[in-house]
Amino acid sequence: MLAKRIIPCLDVKDGQTVKGVNFLNLRHAGDPVSLSARYSEEGADEIVFLDITATNEGRDTMRNVVEKVAKQVFIPLTVGGGIRTLDDIRKILLSGADKASLNTAAVINPEIIKKASQAYGSQCIVIAIDAKKENNEWFVYINAGTKKTEWKVLDWVKEVEKLGAGEILLTSMDADGTQNGFDIELTRAVSLNTNLPVIASGGAGPCMEHFSEVFEQGAADAALAASIFHFDTVKINDLKNFLYNKGVPTRLK
Amino acid sequence: MSGLIVLDYGGGNLKSVTNILDKLGYTYNLTAKKEDILEADKIILPGQGHFGQFMKSLNSKGLTEALTHKINSGTPFLGICLGIQVLFEESEEAPGIKGLCIFPGKVVKFTEGKVPQIGWNELKITTNNTVLTNDYVYFVNSYHVVPENKEIISAYSDYYMGFVASIEYKNIFAFQFHPEKSGEVGFEFFRRWIEKN
Repeated sequence: MLAKRIIPCLDVKDGQTVKGVNFLNLRHAGDPVSLSARYSEEGADEIVFLDITATNEGRDTMRNVVEKVAKQVFIPLTVGGGIRTLDDIRKILLSGADKASLNTAAVINPEIIKKASQAYGSQCIVIAIDAKKENNEWFVYINAGTKKTEWKVLDWVKEVEKLGAGEILLTSMDADGTQNGFDIELTRAVSLNTNLPVIASGGAGPCMEHFSEVFEQGAADAALAASIFHFDTVKINDLKNFLYNKGVPTRLK
Repeated sequence: MSGLIVLDYGGGNLKSVTNILDKLGYTYNLTAKKEDILEADKIILPGQGHFGQFMKSLNSKGLTEALTHKINSGTPFLGICLGIQVLFEESEEAPGIKGLCIFPGKVVKFTEGKVPQIGWNELKITTNNTVLTNDYVYFVNSYHVVPENKEIISAYSDYYMGFVASIEYKNIFAFQFHPEKSGEVGFEFFRRWIEKN
């Protein structure tokens, strides 16, 4: 049986890991290469890097980081943030990433999903969606959560699936940074509305039930978190033992 | 150049395979030259990508015959992901395009659950297996192989149904999963395969 995945996310700025609260207040959280190696050892099923640098130099730094991590850590690596063109995708895959995650660029130019999945395969094209609820509807936000779009989340999910996306990385902006738990309602609505695997993100706190809830009630295929892992609030191996004992299909090391 | 070659067929991400070979300290030649294939002592065919594109690319480079010949004449071969699928006759992914036809059988799409299957799934090894263990390994696949001869199957896994996770027959090993992305477990599979051959 396919295991539910636990995915630590590393927000990387200028080669260093940082984590914001509500997309603001960046805090330093360490060297991405050693953090990745530690997470892999503790049983992380995959690692996501979010490049939050806005400059071209930053992009090159990011590729160097991925290259270094990929030489030491033999689990899947996903890179997102600032990926805009087919060439960006190609470069990040060549540096050793297994998947590229697109957010703003996909909304602005949805054709890139089709082109990228035809060129590199659907399996390496992740669509990241930042979702926020307004008047009982979830809307897609772009530009790191600063700009609302006309897309309703459930419609956008259907669209990206049609265009050839391989996976959805769904972040609830309402839950992100609160540590009050994942957005179960949003995750469930998306997961049941698509045939693509859904990674739930935003809101994981020190309470391990947050994870069992998002798998059991939210129907998520994977759950992503950052700060609770970086700052050792929750240890990945403890979390996986907890999930296993709860009856959630889990890969134990 | 003889030795271990990693077939660079011009698609997919080969880096994760070469990274693991580097880490294990083995030398290899990343190549798509016919003469390298013909002289190789061991061949790794990694693969992510499209069955039809792969066969077209192999055919257009004139490599199909050389590769088939080497596999059939006993050169240790390790196929990964698409590298297991192309050993069969045909795939639902590319109707009308012939595979390498090393084994009778075909490649079919998952009919249940989310597709592609992405993530860690458990191996259930059969008695016809010499390198794998009953562990979780990483899969990314929409298609899986259905061999006519069940005796070549060396492990199954479950995704709404049992499916073939690996085959082993004489010099031929092939995995539907990605050992190069399966952490320490996958690392050991590589080591065992190389040391065995």
